[in-house]
Amino acid sequence: MNILELQNLKKYFSTQKAVDDISFNIEQGSIFGLLGPNGAGKTTLLRMITGIFYPDEGNIIFNGRKFDPINDIRYIGYMPEERGLYKKMKIGEQALYLAQLKGMSKSEAMHKIKEWFVRFEMESWWNKKVEDLSKGMSQKLQFVITVLHEPKLIILDEPFSGLDPVNANLIKEEIFNLAQKGSTVIFSTHRMEQVEEICDHIVLVNKGQKILDGTITDIKNQFKENIFQLGAQTNAHNLMTYIFEVIKHQPEKLLIKLQHDSTTNDVLKFFIDQNIAINSFNEVLPSLNDIFIKLVEGTPEARQFQKV
Amino acid sequence: MNKIGLILKREYITRVRNKTFLLSTFLLPIAMILFIFGSAYFAATSKDYLKKIAVVNYPTYLKENLQSDSSRLQFNFTTAIDSSNFKRKGYDAVLNFNNDSIGKKFTIHSNKQLGMDTKEALEDRLDKAYEKDQLQQKGIRKEILDSINKKSKGLFTVENRVANESGKSEEVNAAINYGVGFGSGILIYITMFIFGAMVMRGVMEEKTNRIAEVMVSSVKPFELMMGKILGIALVGLTQFALWIILVMALTTVAGAFLPHEMIQQAGAANQAMPGGGGNTAMAMKMIELQKNISNVNWVLVLSCFTFYFLGGYLFYASLFAAIGSVINEDPQEAQSLMLPITMPIIFAFIIMSSNLNTPDSPIMVWASMIPFTSPIVMMGRIPSGVPWYQLLTSMALLVAGFIFTTWLAGKIYRTGILMYGKKASWKEMFKWAFRKA
Repeated sequence: MNILELQNLKKYFSTQKAVDDISFNIEQGSIFGLLGPNGAGKTTLLRMITGIFYPDEGNIIFNGRKFDPINDIRYIGYMPEERGLYKKMKIGEQALYLAQLKGMSKSEAMHKIKEWFVRFEMESWWNKKVEDLSKGMSQKLQFVITVLHEPKLIILDEPFSGLDPVNANLIKEEIFNLAQKGSTVIFSTHRMEQVEEICDHIVLVNKGQKILDGTITDIKNQFKENIFQLGAQTNAHNLMTYIFEVIKHQPEKLLIKLQHDSTTNDVLKFFIDQNIAINSFNEVLPSLNDIFIKLVEGTPEARQFQKV
Repeated sequence: MNKIGLILKREYITRVRNKTFLLSTFLLPIAMILFIFGSAYFAATSKDYLKKIAVVNYPTYLKENLQSDSSRLQFNFTTAIDSSNFKRKGYDAVLNFNNDSIGKKFTIHSNKQLGMDTKEALEDRLDKAYEKDQLQQKGIRKEILDSINKKSKGLFTVENRVANESGKSEEVNAAINYGVGFGSGILIYITMFIFGAMVMRGVMEEKTNRIAEVMVSSVKPFELMMGKILGIALVGLTQFALWIILVMALTTVAGAFLPHEMIQQAGAANQAMPGGGGNTAMAMKMIELQKNISNVNWVLVLSCFTFYFLGGYLFYASLFAAIGSVINEDPQEAQSLMLPITMPIIFAFIIMSSNLNTPDSPIMVWASMIPFTSPIVMMGRIPSGVPWYQLLTSMALLVAGFIFTTWLAGKIYRTGILMYGKKASWKEMFKWAFRKA
């Protein structure tokens, strides 16, 4: 079942087509990656999903019904990229206040906050102010506030920025945990290694348009370039062939690209015929980083202003 | 609605718990009292400044009839003084009769510019001297003139009674009405700035802390704005309530220092012996002041004050919120954008303070109708009586006004609060305000 369906969403600002006809679906319980370079329209898209902006055109279907920001907001937790908390407010009170604004009752909110504070070892923070916290600590607090009301849809914009590896892992664990319990996580970032590690399904947007949509495996296969790594002792004179092209040659290792519709068996046969011992042979799939760069490269880094 | 309540509660509690709230609650009344007494003191002392004036080339009747006194204007009739040496001889000025064809012009050389009231007093005394001389020439003896003058001085008082609706006439005191009107006008003026700026700073804080985006993913921007505006309004009302309690406590304390019997005794002594000593005269004044203050319709004044404070505050606060939402960290930007909003407030104060002597003049009536100026100007008029239809029109217009400004500001606020980077121009803000949702 899809928790969220976007249908031909458009949002134009006076000088930019921020989101220009984007559609995709997100399955319940999945961890979804929304990728794109700076200024691609990610934040605008997220703001429409969180009900902050109304789309100019198109529909948002949330949980099977047309998205109704006033009532559905309770089921969404949004952590914006620009973190924000009241600096002078006590941490416990702040968490309580924001949870109540999401529609939780006071006792319910209190119970949940205590639970999360224990889990994240934040009990001693209750009477501290946000201005007393380090960047990493306030990041943790922000995460807790985002997921406190048990949202069905959790939207995290760059959740790991400013976190050390230990705390980043803690948050990562929680993200997996929440997904397992049935929450859906939208994860917006341009840190590709995290996406590969965490996400099931990704969408890549650039210049307001969707340019890629699929599971990570599918996408990698779609962009594979028939490159293989071969572990074998080889010399240059061993490698004169039309079957493949050598990309990188090391004494113990070889990176090759198949040519002329040849198959992997052709390659193996070629080496076996020369009586060269093969220690390993595996396909090298492109990293998301490579795909990202390949797709986005060539388009101007920053978006240009244009007349709409 | 429930969410506005939560926001309101937070805004209220964080502000009331703040030390600056307590400080301003106690310090502002003290500062105002000091200000009022200070300006009264300076006004009083500057008036009574003695001028020693040498009179030269005078017509003969002047020496006989020009009235000199020891507190304000002292005339010495001499010959050897001129405009070059009066300072050395210990005079403040030298008055010279120009023997021109008209014969009505004097020249006075002074070391400093004479104040307007000193000049008027001088002209008045010269007129009197001429009048006295003429009367004597017509055969009235100087002794008779002097005794009439002495008898008639301060003989009459005028009590102004105004007919009210029920047909009863009641005594009014222009000075008290002036004071109460001016006081409440200035209070609205000051508080509108204080609380308006508080709203603006609050919005700026939310924007620069970037909490705005977290908030608007939970509540509608309009709810966020209204919660803040209403919460701060409540802070204002709390502060007024504390001020009233404070003033009442202070007067009770003052009353304890000045026992009631003493005032009564003074009153009795005064009746027995009119024109008695200074002590009783002072007590008399106090009794009169108490009577006049209790004659002011405090219920009307206080309820109108509450209404106009809230109305005026709501009218401007949403505009302040809109300004706060479009600027970034730079307070310099706030200055230039605030100007168009602060101008009408200052303008209202100027109208009120310069026309308070004529509370029914067309400019006062108009300014007390237009919502931009009405909170301040109408408060100035209320103590001296305003027709009901005018009061109701003004109130209705103010309510309509703040509904309009809130609607307008809400639309600017909604866009502005999430815009980072550059300051919005007036043109852009206009576009945000009038485009459809």
